[in-house]
Amino acid sequence: MSEERTGAQIICEALLREGVDVVFGIPGGAIMPFYHALPDYTGSLRHVLCRHEQGAGHAAEGYARATGKVGVCIATSGPGATNLVTAIADAWMDSTPIVAITGQVSSLVLGTDAFQETDITGITVPITKHNYLITRPEDIPLAIKEAFHIASTGRPGPVLVDITKDAQQARIVPDWSGRINLPGYRPTYTGNRRQIREAVELLTTAKKPLIMAGNGVIWSGASAELRELAERTGIPVVATLHGKGALPEDHPLALGMPGMHGWVHVNRAIQECDVLLNIGGRFDDRVTGKVSGFAPNARVIHIDIDPSEIGKNIRTAVPIVGDARTVLTSLLQEMPARECDEWLAHIREMQATHQGRQQYLKRPETSMLMPHDVYASLNKAMLERGSCRVVTDVGQHQMWAAQLIDSVSPRTHITSGGSGTMGFAVPAALGAAIANPDETIWVICGDGGFQMTNQELATVRQENVRNLKVAIINNGYLGMVRQWQELFENRRYSGTPLSGPDFSLLAQAYGLTGVRVDTTAQVDDAIRGAWDHDGSVVIDFRVEREVNVFPIVPQGKSIGEMLTSAPEPMPVAI
Amino acid sequence: MKHTIVALMQDHPGVLHRVVSLFRRRAYNIDSLTVGRTETPGVSRMTIVIEGSDVEQVTKQLYRLIEVLKVSDVTSDPTVEREIALIKVHAPKSARAELVAVCTVFGARAVDIGPNSMIVEITGEPSEVDRFLDVVQPFGIKEMMRTGRIAMIRGSQSHQAALEVEPREDGPVTSLALAG
Repeated sequence: MSEERTGAQIICEALLREGVDVVFGIPGGAIMPFYHALPDYTGSLRHVLCRHEQGAGHAAEGYARATGKVGVCIATSGPGATNLVTAIADAWMDSTPIVAITGQVSSLVLGTDAFQETDITGITVPITKHNYLITRPEDIPLAIKEAFHIASTGRPGPVLVDITKDAQQARIVPDWSGRINLPGYRPTYTGNRRQIREAVELLTTAKKPLIMAGNGVIWSGASAELRELAERTGIPVVATLHGKGALPEDHPLALGMPGMHGWVHVNRAIQECDVLLNIGGRFDDRVTGKVSGFAPNARVIHIDIDPSEIGKNIRTAVPIVGDARTVLTSLLQEMPARECDEWLAHIREMQATHQGRQQYLKRPETSMLMPHDVYASLNKAMLERGSCRVVTDVGQHQMWAAQLIDSVSPRTHITSGGSGTMGFAVPAALGAAIANPDETIWVICGDGGFQMTNQELATVRQENVRNLKVAIINNGYLGMVRQWQELFENRRYSGTPLSGPDFSLLAQAYGLTGVRVDTTAQVDDAIRGAWDHDGSVVIDFRVEREVNVFPIVPQGKSIGEMLTSAPEPMPVAI
Repeated sequence: MKHTIVALMQDHPGVLHRVVSLFRRRAYNIDSLTVGRTETPGVSRMTIVIEGSDVEQVTKQLYRLIEVLKVSDVTSDPTVEREIALIKVHAPKSARAELVAVCTVFGARAVDIGPNSMIVEITGEPSEVDRFLDVVQPFGIKEMMRTGRIAMIRGSQSHQAALEVEPREDGPVTSLALAG
């Protein structure tokens, strides 16, 4: 390894040293040296040419979320880098480990408003765990090593490495012996013994204990420990949007999703519980509703690897800073068996009274295709066939998917949560599909989000991705906003009616298979056909236009005040 | 209420931007900010004075910055606090004697004399500097600048930079691939 290399070759080799096998990107002036070097690594480092840098960023996220590894995206300086910003912000909000490598203008003209110069390290300060501006090839090996270390340890997140063109071009003999030395970065993995004992005490004596599983359970790989804790104690488990699949949703102790569009019995259980154990969730406002009215009777135990999340939104009785799996393992060493049969029976009784899912499946008197027909058919097919993942976008279809698609293992339900980035699904699914070529990756998205990033279908075609199946829940509206306008703004549909091309023809134009479904009777066949087809497919489900997501907790209300139907809102008292 | 926060950080380009960005994000106004070297090469120390209600949250978020080594809210700790002010005071000959007398009482000193003005320097507790300014005000202040406060905890409790940068093994490593 004592030969001279260009900085660009050093980048490639640094990526290979981190175990990277695929990068998503688009070339441009300032990153050209990297692209010049790339063919030297054909066979070990695959490049997926995206159509927009936002797509490359989301693809890296999808790859990371599906595999648990760090996703990598590449862009040039200026607009290339700024196009990545939405995806980086998304990764920041959802704690997704990605490394973004951007080209930068030559160090000689840095700061002079050179062609395609943008201060991307300045721009991404608030949305990255850390970032680097590299102007010397000597600094590349350690910067990339640190970037992967920071992205993947502690609370995962995005790291950006901006490398000037001259640093990519210069030739040096790389020194790979540099060691990571980050004295200010020492994430705590092991929970405090005393606090863990206090948690055990609370969980043992509680009458109505409840576990909330968040994204941290998925990222720390704590599903087995979570299941052991639930089964040993009989404590029921609610899973946040990003906690879906932490405990299989067909498990007798799995209750479903809480929050703004959570089921009535789940939110009621939270409002009634006397101890709430939050594992790796951040009490997002979509989960808590009005914080002052959240879980009023509960003493909260909060396990999180990020100390700044504990006590941020919800008062915490027992804070435990640490990795979910490590902390749960210690907790399980001391946790005695118990049962919560009466409490669980009570929750199941509430569930029977407020049958959210069944409510949906009760057909209104219409011949139109209802969104729930699609979900019912998809869910059935998924449970039968297994070996698939769902990637959703943002909006009504996303909440229906969270409610109606059962996730039975971690990393199989991938969506944009904290940032709520429309346009996430298609490119993120591209990343997931490339990571898992033997699985079927289902995209569920709305016609609004689909039209934001569907250009990546060209990438799907060029890369010969054959396992991507897109279900567009097409209602001709920006549906979630329309729903709010209907429920809270007296049906003032401002800016929400939405037209689009014939999506099945669009798919065909991209060289994929396109199908259009207008009636309920066609749904099963369309899904079966897409699944069995050796190639990527887009199904345009033309659904009833004005269907709402229920229950819904209106903005500013506590999760005890849910609307379960319209037009005469009926608050569920608690 | 005003909080005094002391932070130790690695002396890298851009660190100041990262720190300030956190306060800006919450629309906190920074009252004063001083940065300088410490007894340990490569480590700088920052004293930030801010008006804010939920300072604990910002303090915790400061820790998320990779280059930040240690953060403390020393508002309620016993500290020695100091600030320097340079004040250019309107001082025709007739007023100089009185101004010098005032300076003597406060331990301030004249550091420059011009035809019609004097520059005086005062070092002290920020409240002492405030009082001095009140007294000098009637002379006519032409220009004034303050360094902002620096703070150090009294006694043996310390903020030694060296303790924060001892070389260590790589941080705890978990393979996310395995965890998944």
